This record gives sequence, C-alpha cells and structure tokens, in this order.
Amino acid sequence: MTISADHTAQEPATKDAAPQDPASEAVRKFGITAEDYMLPARHQIQMVGPDGTLNPHTEQGTQPGHEYGLPSDAELLAAYEQLVVGRRVNDQNSALVRQGRMAVYPSSHGQEACQVAAALCLAEGDWLFPTYRDSVAVMARGVDPVQTMTLFRGDWHGGYDPAEHKVGIQCTPLTTQLLHGVGVAHAAKLRGEDTVVLAMCGDGATSEGDFHEALNFAAVFHLPVVFFVQNNQYAISVPLAHQSVAPSLAHKAVGYGMAGERVDGNDVVALLAVLGRAVKLAREGSGPLLVEAHTYRMQAHTNADDATRYRQDSEVAEWLAKDPLSRMQTYLTGRGLLGDAAVDRIAEKAEAVAAQLRDGLGEDVPVDPQDLFNYVFSTPTQQLKEQSAMLADELARDAASTTTEAGK
Amino acid sequence: MSPTVTTSSEANNNVSAATARAAAKAAVEAEKTGPQTITLAKALNTAMADAMHADASVLVFGEDVGMLGGVFRITDGLTKTFGQARCFDTPLAESGIVGMAVGMAMNGMRPVIEMQFDAFAYPAFEQIVSHVAKMHNRTRGAVKLPMVIRVPYAGGIGGVEHHCDSSEAYYAHTAGLKVYTPATVADGYRMLREAIDSDDPVMFMEPKKLYWSKDQVDLEALRAEHAANTARGTSSEGRAAVARAGTDATLIAYGPSIPTALAAAAAAAEEGRSLEVIDVRSIVPFDDETVCASVRKTGRAVVIAEAHGFASVASEIVARVQERCFHHLAAPIRRVTGFDVPYPAPKLEHYYLPGVDRILDAVDDLQWED
Repeated sequence: MTISADHTAQEPATKDAAPQDPASEAVRKFGITAEDYMLPARHQIQMVGPDGTLNPHTEQGTQPGHEYGLPSDAELLAAYEQLVVGRRVNDQNSALVRQGRMAVYPSSHGQEACQVAAALCLAEGDWLFPTYRDSVAVMARGVDPVQTMTLFRGDWHGGYDPAEHKVGIQCTPLTTQLLHGVGVAHAAKLRGEDTVVLAMCGDGATSEGDFHEALNFAAVFHLPVVFFVQNNQYAISVPLAHQSVAPSLAHKAVGYGMAGERVDGNDVVALLAVLGRAVKLAREGSGPLLVEAHTYRMQAHTNADDATRYRQDSEVAEWLAKDPLSRMQTYLTGRGLLGDAAVDRIAEKAEAVAAQLRDGLGEDVPVDPQDLFNYVFSTPTQQLKEQSAMLADELARDAASTTTEAGK
Repeated sequence: MSPTVTTSSEANNNVSAATARAAAKAAVEAEKTGPQTITLAKALNTAMADAMHADASVLVFGEDVGMLGGVFRITDGLTKTFGQARCFDTPLAESGIVGMAVGMAMNGMRPVIEMQFDAFAYPAFEQIVSHVAKMHNRTRGAVKLPMVIRVPYAGGIGGVEHHCDSSEAYYAHTAGLKVYTPATVADGYRMLREAIDSDDPVMFMEPKKLYWSKDQVDLEALRAEHAANTARGTSSEGRAAVARAGTDATLIAYGPSIPTALAAAAAAAEEGRSLEVIDVRSIVPFDDETVCASVRKTGRAVVIAEAHGFASVASEIVARVQERCFHHLAAPIRRVTGFDVPYPAPKLEHYYLPGVDRILDAVDDLQWED
C-alpha cells in the first residue's frame, strides 16, 4: 500500500496551469469571489415545480457558479422507480409497526426524493453513511430490504455488513456517523483511491458538536465528502427556528471553507443534479461540499410520537401538495417518458418489495442467546466465556425443568 | 493547511527518502545490541515507530503529535521519519479525532491516536462508548476496529486540574473495549505493540508520571520476542505479571501505582514481611488466574489504585478476588485508593495519592494476630 504524503494540502495552483478547483474556476469564469462561490445560490435550486412542470432555466434558482444540467432520461426513470419503491417501503413498514411486527420505524414518507437521490448519485465503491431515518436510501444502495430492517425488527442492532455494501450502519447518535464518513474518505485518499463519501444527517442534527467537527475535519484534510442535510423542518417536535438562526443550513458551509448549496428536497430532478455535481466535484478533488435539501417529514417522528401536538394540519396539507412522487410522475408522463406499462411494472416491483418485507418481518426469527457473547470482541475474554457458560447452564436447567413438569 | 505543498510524486519521493532514512536509523540502533537504559516515553515511541515500519496501515494522529512530537514527546520524530501522511496533527477536537479514526479503521487503517490528557478525552466519550466499543458487536463481527486510543492518565506530576484524572474505570465499564496500562519500560514497548496488533480497540492508559522513569531494556530482545509471539500466536496480552514475589500478602496494583507498591513491599521486607506485588497490566481483559493464584498463596490482599475508590477498578478487583478466593482469605481485602474527591490541586495531591505509609497501614490491618 502506498500512503501519499502531505494529504492536508490542496493541489497547488500554479500560474501556468488552469485553476483546478471550482472556486478558482468560478472566480476566473464568472468574476465572483471564492466566498460567493462557497455561499449557496440566493434561492434553492428547483428544476421541476410541485405541479410537475419543468421550470424555465431562469427560474431554477441557478446563478453563475451554481449551474446545473438536467439529468439524463435513464437517470430520471431509475429515480422514479426507486421513488415508488421507497414510498411503498415506508408505508409497508409503518403498517408492520402498527401490527406489532416491528418495534419502531422512523418513516421517510415525503422525503423519498432525498433518499433516492442520495443513493443514486454515488458510484460503485462510494460509501453512504445513513441515519436511522434513511432506510430507503440504504435499500436503494442495494442492501436487502429485510436485512435493512433488522435494526427495527429487534433481533440485532444491524442486519448487513457495512463493508460489503459500503453503507455504514444506520446511526442513531446524531451526526456521529459523519465523522466515520470523514475517516473512510481520509483512508481512501491516503491510498490514492477516488472514493467519495456521502454522509447524511437531519436539520436538528446540525446542532450537534460532531456536525461541526466532521465538516471542519473534512475541510482541513480536503476530503471527498458530500454532507447531505435533509432539512425536514422538525427535530422530533422542535422546529428549525429553535435549532439555528443561520440564513440557511447550507450557509454554514462557508464557515468551513467549503461550498454549500440548497435544493428543493421534494424535487428529485434537482436533487440528482445538485448531488450529482457535488459528488463529481468531490471526486475531482474539490474537497468537501454541503448540500441542504428542504423537505418535510409527512408523518410523526416515529409511531411513538404525536405530531398533532406541535404542528398544524394546514402545514402538512401545504407540503402534501409538494409531494415528490406525484410531481415526478406528472413530469415524466408529460415528457412522454413514462407510459402505463412502465407504471404498472414499477408498481408491481414495489409490491414485490412490500411482500418481501411482510414475509421477512412477519416470520419469528429465532435468536441465539449465545450471540450476546459472540461478537463483543474478536476473541471472547475469559470473563465472557464464564458468563456464556453461566447462561447456557441456566437455559439447560430451564429446559430440563420444563421437560420434567411436562412429564408429570 | 500544511505549510509545505508538494505534488504527489514529490510526496512519494519524500516517503521513500524518509523510509530509507528510517531504515538507516533502525540499522544503527540494531547495532546497539544488549541492554540500554531508556525511558518509558522512548519505549512507547519505539513501539509506534516499529509498528509503522512493519505495517503501512498504522497511522498516528492527534493534537500536537506532528512536528512537536506530542506534549509529552511520545510521538517525537514520527512525522520526520514517516511523513505527514502517517503521523499528523488534527484540528483540536477529540470527538473528531476518535470519530475519524473509527472511519479509517473501518476502511483498512490501524489508527493509533493520542488524547492529549485524560480529561481532554471526555469530548470523545460518545464516540468511544457508542461506536468504538460497539461496532464489532453491532455488525456481528463484520466490522473490526483495530485502533488504539492512547491516554496519558493519572496524577503525581503536579498538574493543574483536568490534567491528572484516573479515567480507566469509565472505559473498563464499557463492554467492548480492551483497557491496558503498562507500568514498566519493557511493558511500554511490549504492550503498545500488542495493542496496535489487536483487531479490537484498545484504550491504552499511559501513567504520565512514569514517562520519564528509566530502565535497562534490550530493545532487540523485545523486538525478537514480539516477532516470535506474532509467529506463534502467543503473547503476554491480557496477562498480569508478578512484579515482586512474596509469601505473606499480595499487593494488587497497576500503572502509576506499581512503583509505590514495590516501594511498600521493599519497606515491608525490612520489617520482615514478604509482600508479593501483582501488576495487573491489562484491566480488560482481567487476568483472574494470576491474581487469584497469588491471593490463594498468601491469603491476604491489598488493592492499590490512584483512582477514586467508589465504583472503581479497585472495587471490581476486590469483588472478583473475594468471590474466587473467599476460603483462602485470612482477612478482608483492603483497598488503598484516591479519596472520592475531584483530583486535588498540586499542593494537595500528596494527601490524595496512595503512598507507602498508607499501603503499609492497610497491610498491618490484615488481621495478622488471628
């Protein structure tokens, strides 16, 4: 393995060579300052409006240094398919919780465009670091749906191998996973690999100290990390105004010396464009970027929460009209990219995933009590071996007494 | 940003040149065969350098560990020898240091990170408890975190507040962390190499008052021992050691308390009492076998530690030994620990720290007349 030195330094900008980094390029091309480049555009980027029509270019929120191209038809169709599957997954899982077949499910209903774009903007070999609400993104990266839901089914803390899928374990302690993403990117950079990491968190999480430390470390070490904040307006019950009075969460980027952007989080077209560009820039050596998506958690925090205590129905209705799924369907249909046959095929696929979840989460998975001890260390300590033997003995005696009683 | 900007080809040349320099230096040191007098600090430094030579995935980072060589100079020369990529300064943020190390360990590296002082590690507590300790279990062993968190700990150096905490119990109480603490120069080398080799995360608690303690050690013999252990798959990992043999009572101690326990044993010998001193070395995993063999032999025990006694490692040792050796005990096991007060100001610390007299008083209380 070759570890290349001086990873803290950005590539040198020489007079003769064309400037490599996007900030310098923006300075040269558009005559804006590096700070202007790092600040998000004055308006959030939106390509397809709530009514499903493509905004004229001048009304997409773009400006010099913040230009975005329309994703390809194939990308749009792939995104639509994942949106439909993601919505079905969310609703199926919520139903399974109501039926008592799953302990809890933090639904991303309403945020599916963010989930899908976060997964689709990455290349094979890139890493995703999700939160507990990002199950749909995890599945969209190719992790088996039932394995993904293991955490919430309650038989173990995680159901998939992060290294196999390059997807971190869905993280509950807020923003702690952003630092793991920074470390993965740092290791890859030291080995000269072109891995990009996309690390996700919510609006409330930006108040945590690790949010600051992760962005700062990524910036100082000039690492290929895209920080993706889904601003769904609430941290359980607390609205964003109680978390931050920054002009926007994307504005925090400039404080770390990285570029920030804000995007309509219910417009998967804009999300693919903005996140796609961010990943491309990161891979080309721009250093980290911060993307804030404005979206809405249509349902309560979890089934244990009562959202009517802290938000108005009218607000929910307002966001219902901005639904990411129907918007995309209208847009693609209008462009002639989506016919009835495709809609049916995709709906069937979503149903198949839902059935997989019902089957996988409905079955009573046997648990092995000895697993308590098997994974604490690579090699169990003497103390754990003793405790494991004690539990085995307890269980053996329980079984024996049950047999004896049954025999009476 | 780093003051020197190099292209990647220059950087690689620098790495090659640095490696060549390091090899030459190692060759010179190799010629110095036989025992040499070195400090614990030098033993730890040599362990890291040797591990970095042996494995390119071993990285060292933390606050001031680069050009300065750490506030205690334990990483002295590593940046010069191995380059900025392998030993580097981070922003001043302990959670960031540990969290980034988790990601690096997930992605093929073996980070050895420094928390500047015991109490400065607390901002990293969440990363340590919720991720470092649990990642292997959470992923059913799919993700291993081969990382070492070095913590200069405990008092006795006249440090101001927040610089002298004995924080080992926090980590020992957390399932999934190994907790080592060397007390001798040779163990400094031996145990840090074992910690870096470990596929499980290790909290490596370094008694800072012993950094400048000296001993005659044969580094080549220690290197050969490590190589032989690696080849055989054996080591002293997780084992306690008999620091001084004795027959009348057992002093059980670790880290900064070992020299004090040995001094107490020497003083007791003058009074005709033979005390055995057990150096715990590895708090997690704990070597019940060695500790209990000694107590069964002597029938009496005193546990010594600098940390507050309440809910402490010393309490755990008393409980374990009592459960296993009750019928061999001639007297209740005594503890000599720090008082249950915040670590005192420099002019008061000698009242707080377990000393020879306090240990000998406890030994005197072990019901010798019965």
